[in-house]
Amino acid sequence: MDILVCISKAPDTTSKISFTDNNTAFSNDGVQFIVNPYDEWYSLVRALELKEAQGGKVTILSVGGADYEPIMRKALAIGADEAVRVDSETNDSSQVAGEIAHYITSNPFDLILCGKETIDYNGSNVGGIIAGILDIPFISNASKLDVSGSTISAQRDKQGGIEILEASCPSVVSCAKGMAEQRIPNMRGIMAARSKPLTVVAASGAGTLTEVASFDLPPAKGGVKLIDPENAGELINLLHTEAKVI
Amino acid sequence: MNVLVFADNNQGKVAKSAFEASSYGAKIAAENGGTASIVTYGKLDDSEMEELASYGISNITVGTGITDMDPQRLSRLCQAVSETNNAELIIFSHDYSGKSIAPIVSGRMKAGLVSGAIEYPVLADGFTIRKAVFSGKAFANVKITSPTKVISLLPNSVGKTKTPASANITEVTDSFGSPSVQVKDFVVEGGDGINLTEAELVVSAGRGLKDPSNWGMIEELASELGAATACSRPVADIGWRPHHEHVGQTGIAIRPNLYIAAGISGAIQHLAGVNGSKVIVVINTDPEAPFFKAADYGIVGDAFVVIPKLIEAVRQLKLSEA
Ligand SMILES: Cc1cc2nc3c(=O)[nH]c(=O)nc-3n(C[C@H](O)[C@H](O)[C@H](O)COP(=O)(O)OP(=O)(O)OC[C@H]3O[C@@H](n4cnc5c(N)ncnc54)[C@H](O)[C@@H]3O)c2cc1C
Ligand SMILES: Nc1ncnc2c1ncn2[C@@H]1O[C@H](COP(=O)(O)O)[C@@H](O)[C@H]1O
Repeated sequence: MDILVCISKAPDTTSKISFTDNNTAFSNDGVQFIVNPYDEWYSLVRALELKEAQGGKVTILSVGGADYEPIMRKALAIGADEAVRVDSETNDSSQVAGEIAHYITSNPFDLILCGKETIDYNGSNVGGIIAGILDIPFISNASKLDVSGSTISAQRDKQGGIEILEASCPSVVSCAKGMAEQRIPNMRGIMAARSKPLTVVAASGAGTLTEVASFDLPPAKGGVKLIDPENAGELINLLHTEAKVI
Repeated sequence: MNVLVFADNNQGKVAKSAFEASSYGAKIAAENGGTASIVTYGKLDDSEMEELASYGISNITVGTGITDMDPQRLSRLCQAVSETNNAELIIFSHDYSGKSIAPIVSGRMKAGLVSGAIEYPVLADGFTIRKAVFSGKAFANVKITSPTKVISLLPNSVGKTKTPASANITEVTDSFGSPSVQVKDFVVEGGDGINLTEAELVVSAGRGLKDPSNWGMIEELASELGAATACSRPVADIGWRPHHEHVGQTGIAIRPNLYIAAGISGAIQHLAGVNGSKVIVVINTDPEAPFFKAADYGIVGDAFVVIPKLIEAVRQLKLSEA
């Protein structure tokens, strides 16, 4: 089975967020970039498990500049077989998905995995847009994934329970917690990753449909109002009369 | 601007977030010289159609040929209805239905998508939508530049207002192709409490509660308040609570009016899921717990002592209001 895992990079969760160019661009200053956690922990590891059980190949693909290569090498060190970088700017999800869909059209895969979202712009967009362009099934937020022959079965945690879903290859699946356990690359993996193929292909010129006009930071909280635990019930009165939320 | 709103439903009952999306869509249409329509599928109860219409909706189209939440076929239905209605804007709720269908519609129709909108769009200079980014640590104002636009609205962001209207109802019997994703089964887990993503009030607890058998008081407080229950990640990981209750970066993000957190330290990954809440209350024995920095109200104290007092106070309040 040929699996494509779409890998994006994101600032480490603990990064301090700030903006430049008159609040129109994210400031990379002092920011540590990581493999987007959903891509690394869930989609990549599940793809490797499926390959280990059934044979096949795991290709990772990133749309981005040369600055993506360190995180791509990490994904190779975890165990992906080869990597493709579509050399492009990443201005919005339509552009990224357009480039991925274009690549898949000439290089077909049985299964295309994405993370449920990137932790920077929190889009949850790219996987579904790929499926929309290619007109193939899309399962979002899967917490379990299996493939048998050309049948894909997945689970999704929903309010009140778990949904059991089925689709056929090729499909796009976006992966959430529960699907697999994080793998830490070992020394052998890191050494092997250096000589695994990382191919750079030219962008097809997919266009954007959105642009960020500006960013801003939330106003600072006014400070917490502490209530004496002896008199905890007073909280309920404050929520009723002052905050007016109950 | 004509607006089309996708309303998800579960066996004839419309999702609460879809009423908010309808009210949102109707207001945008009214302010920009257009009409707002609904597209849904399966078979809706009549009372649900009336309620949908009461938010200012002039047309409801029901795709009767589709009974499951099948994203590809529903995206074709949305496209067909948006073309019939000349809709420039298609609105989803940013829940499972919206996360599944909105991006497909965007890819299929080359319509720019902004997911997780938290305010009304600003049309003064193009079409700009505000959303939270970097797990709630910042906001972005994003402009959609394509002629047809797709947004998904984060539940509980704008509220809803009634604007009585009577809607024309149209049925579309086309099944829009063969099934793409089939729902084989639904395994019920954890009862049918209030839907967490849509809840206005949420009571949540973490590892500070020490044992799953201690959740009785959390459920009781939630039930007295009419609130949903939630939990921190470790509590779901060790199986004390069902996974769908887990909020935070790896769980779900919520925006209730009130979030009460008992025995949760307030790690940055937890805050990522709840920092959009309007009012945050923190109950923790440790005055240094990071959550207090994000809280509006705090009680430094033992949840086992404080929660029963809160339950009692809610009962008193209800009596005095009755
Ligand atoms: C990449 C990543 C993603 C993550 N995603 C999430 C996520 O989505 N959601 C999430 O929640 N976490 C997430 N985490 C975990 C997060 O970092 C914290 O470990 C977790 O939120 C802690 O849960 P807790 O507050 O319940 O437990 P603890 O940190 O153990 O805190 C328990 C708290 O209870 C207090 N306490 C103890 N006894 C009492 C009592 N009797 N009464 C009142 N208070 C009491 C303690 O003072 C303490 O503050 C993630 C971590 C990582 C690394
Ligand atoms: N630049 C990119 N290159 C490759 N895959 C990406 C890129 N951006 C996003 N993705 C994939 O799409 C998923 C969802 O991203 P998003 O729609 O941005 O939230 C991510 O988890 C990745 O799997």
